[in-house]
Amino acid sequence: MTARLQARVIVTPRRGILDPHGRAVLQSLHALGFTEVAEVRVGKYLEIGLRELGRDAAAERVRAMCEQLLANGVIEDFRIDIDEEPR
Amino acid sequence: MRWGVVIFPGSNDDRDTLRAIEQVVGDEALPLWHKDRTVHGVDCVVLPGGFSYGDYLRCGAIARFSPVMEAVSAHARAGGLVLGICNGFQILCEAGLLPGALVRNRGLRFLCDIVTVRVETSETPFTYGCKAGELLQLPIKHGEGCWVADDATVAALEAEHRIVLRYTDRLGRATAAANPNGSLANVAGLCNAERNVVGLMPHPEHAVERLTGSEDGLRLFRSARAWLGRAAAGARREPALVPGP
Repeated sequence: MTARLQARVIVTPRRGILDPHGRAVLQSLHALGFTEVAEVRVGKYLEIGLRELGRDAAAERVRAMCEQLLANGVIEDFRIDIDEEPR
Repeated sequence: MRWGVVIFPGSNDDRDTLRAIEQVVGDEALPLWHKDRTVHGVDCVVLPGGFSYGDYLRCGAIARFSPVMEAVSAHARAGGLVLGICNGFQILCEAGLLPGALVRNRGLRFLCDIVTVRVETSETPFTYGCKAGELLQLPIKHGEGCWVADDATVAALEAEHRIVLRYTDRLGRATAAANPNGSLANVAGLCNAERNVVGLMPHPEHAVERLTGSEDGLRLFRSARAWLGRAAAGARREPALVPGP
C-alpha cells in the first residue's frame, strides 16, 4: 500500500513583478531596525494531501495543478516539495 | 443588439449592468448563469464586476474555469464581443483572453473614486463612438487593479494600439500621480489582438446618469451598437469593391 503523500506548494511573486505586500513588509522591517533586509516577497503556501499516488506521479500531477490553477505564470513562480503525510 | 451579463457566485455589478443596458441604453440584456454552457446567441457578453468565488486564490482564477467560460471563449474566437469590467477584466486575464495580470494596488488600499481616463483608440467596439484623446469620468472600486505584464507585452500593446483607456489627470496627462493603482503604462483598459475582447478596471455601468456623477459610461455601451452596425455595413459593401468586368 502506498503511503499518503503531502505536497507543499510555495507560490511567490515573480522577481521584477511589483509586490506591494512585500514592499510594505520590507519597509516595516526597516522601520523596526532590521536594516539588513534587502528584499521581501510575500507569497502563498499550500498543503495538498494526495491519495493513491507514487512520488513521481504525484510530482507530475502537482506541477500540472500549479500550471493550470495554483499559480499564474505571468506573475508568479512556484516550488513543490513532496513528502509522506505527517501523522 | 442583444447583451448577456454573466452572473458568477460573488458577482455584484450584474444588476447595475443589466439595468444600464436595458433601462438607460435601451438594448436587450439577459442574465447568463455561470453554469450555462452557452451564451444564448447574444452579440456581446459582459463579465461584470464583483468578487467571483470570493477572490479566493487570485481574483478571477476560479471563475475562469466556470462552465460558461468555455462558451465565452468560443464566442470570442468567433469574433463575438466581450467586455470585462473590473473583476471581469481580471477573469479575462486569468483566462488568457487578454494579456498580463491584475495584482494588488500599489498602495495596498481598496480604491473607490471617480477617475479621469483618456480614450487611446476608437478602434474597439466600446470606444468606437469616442475620439482618441477624449477624456471620460468613470468610477473605479477595486483592490487588485494594478495591471502588470512583461516589457515585450507592453511594447506590443503600445505598437498595436491595444491600450484602450489610460488613467490621466484632468488635463489628460498620463502622469504617475494620475495613476491610482500602479498599473504599467497607466493602463485602465486594453483589448486583444482581434479587438473584439476588451477589459476595463473602471465601471461604465455605474456612470450612466448625471444623478450619480457621470454619464460617460453610456458612451461605451452605445459604441457597441455602432460598431456592430459598421461591421454589418462593411460586410454588405464588400462585394462592391470587387472590380467589375
